[in-house]
This record gives sequence, C-alpha cells and structure tokens, in this order.
Amino acid sequence: MKIRLNGQERLLEQIDSVADLIRSLELAPEQVAVELNNQLIARSQHAAVQLTEGDEVEIVTMVGGG
Amino acid sequence: MQSSNPETALKDKPLVIGDMRLNSRLLVGTGKYASMDEMKSALEISGTDCVTVAVRRVELDPKRGENILDHIDRDRYQILPNTAGCFDAKTAVRTARLARELIGTNLVKLEVLGDERTLLPDPIGTLEAARELVSDGFCVLVYTSDDPRLAVHLEQAGVAAVMPAGSPIGSGQGILNPNALRILMELVSVPVIVDAGVGTASDVAVAMELGAEGVLLNTGIAAAREPLRMAAAMRDGCTAGRQAFLAGRIPRKLYATASSPVEGVIEASNA
Repeated sequence: MKIRLNGQERLLEQIDSVADLIRSLELAPEQVAVELNNQLIARSQHAAVQLTEGDEVEIVTMVGGG
Repeated sequence: MQSSNPETALKDKPLVIGDMRLNSRLLVGTGKYASMDEMKSALEISGTDCVTVAVRRVELDPKRGENILDHIDRDRYQILPNTAGCFDAKTAVRTARLARELIGTNLVKLEVLGDERTLLPDPIGTLEAARELVSDGFCVLVYTSDDPRLAVHLEQAGVAAVMPAGSPIGSGQGILNPNALRILMELVSVPVIVDAGVGTASDVAVAMELGAEGVLLNTGIAAAREPLRMAAAMRDGCTAGRQAFLAGRIPRKLYATASSPVEGVIEASNA
C-alpha cells in the first residue's frame, strides 16, 4: 500500500495500523503525535486506526525551538 | 511597604500563568544550541523554570539523532510548545493540537507569522488562532507585536499571557519601542512577557524595568560566543530588572541633586 508520510511517498508492507507504522519506523510512541488525513489520532487509538491506500500521514515530535 | 529584613525585602511572588507557577521570570528556548549538553547546561545556569520547544516532522531515517524530550527534565521544567514556523491560523491550531497530544500539556506559545523574511507576527491570523485555541481549552501564551490595541483584543479572546516582541525574532535589537510596551502593559491585565529580539542582558533588564512579568529568549543565549556565560548574564539581567521595577526608580531630573550633605563643608581657602 502506498501512503504519503511526512510529505513523501512511501510503500508499506505488512503494516495495517498507525501503531504498526510507528513500530516499523522504530519511533518511541510517547515521543510522537500523528495526524491521518489532517485529523489528529490520539495515542490511545494508534492500534485501532487502520491505514489505507493514499492516506496522508504526518508524524511529528518535539525539537529545540524558541 | 518594604520590610527592613534583608531576606523578606527582596522577596518576589511567582509568575502565575494558568496552572503554571514560575519562580524564575526568564523563559528560555531550546533551539540553536551546539549540543544537547550545552543546551542542558545553559538552561540550568539560566535558572529558568519554563522552556519552549517546537513541533516538527520526525526524521524517517532510523539513524536519527537524539530526541530533545530525553534531555529535558520534566519534573524540573515546564515545557511550553510553540507553533513556530506556522504562517496561517489553521496550521498553528493543528500544531498546537499535535503538541498537546505529544506531551499532554494544554500550554501553547502561539505564533502565527506573516512571512519568512521578517518573521513578524500576522495580527489577523494570530487573533483567529487564539480564539480557536482558547475555545478548545488551551492555555494560550501569544506571541504578538508591541501593538497595544491588538494585545487588548488578544486578552479579550481569553489568552493567558500576551508576549509582545521587543524587536524581530533573533535580531538581537533589544527593546525598540519601550513606550508602546508601557502602554500595552497598562491596557492589559494578563501577564505580559517580552518575547523576541533580546540580544544581551541589559535588554532583559530594560524589559523587566518597564514592568514586564517575564522575558522569553532563545537566540540571545544560544548564539552568544559563550552561551553558558550569557545564560548567567541573562539570569542576572532578569533579576536586576525585576528588582529595579519593584523597587521603583528615581525620577529623571535635569539638574544635579547632591547626595552628600550641603551643610558643614569647610570654607574654601583663598590662599
């Protein structure tokens, strides 16, 4: 399945949910927040929310800033 | 009325914004440091209780660097996420919601900027986003220009603090329009924190002497030749300015007033 992840095309294999995607990227779930098609997905919903072809996903974290 | 006890005479109350109680009135950004270690030391030396962070896309390469959240002691510092880099209200609101989800805080430093060259706040977008975030339960500290009337509108929108720029972000030009800031502080009753443009310790002192409740800065420390030494200078400038404000400066006068008694001076010799 092809999605857009942080503005880049990405081909996903054996990934169904948002939680699967976070795991495959080796990200710490408590250090990211996710939007799916411009909708915020609560951390508690990561396992339940399924990804589908053409989804736009944003995964963000905190960085240094003023 | 002042106490004659040296300890109690110097006491100050904490800065309260929403649920946040800050003993230090210096709020410090976490950007532009050479390393996480340097940032940590600078924060510690600055004495700050509240640090800002930004929300950005994660690096997708698993060999990504360290995460800043591993380097900020959340028992020690309040984390204030910003919406820096947002040029419209909608993106700023989305960013604030992502930040709230990310670290479970309803605090946000709202920035809606006009353009990349000036980084001046966009007044219309800022007000629009402030209204939206307040109605969504956020404790909004809003970055704005030093326009007093806009600050009044932001206060009416329900923000918890108004944060006028002393001068453009990262410019180090200091407090360009102290008169506008004085009027602004007269017109709003929520805390006013001077944010942006601070280049050196005396800029912090000037802002605090004007009556600002706090100062937020980042580049002034992080881009100094010696950031740790500048963190100490900013800390002291903040305390100095605050104490001077509380103490009440003497009025400016055109002519001299002797500080030694004018009586009892020996006679001038003609020899």
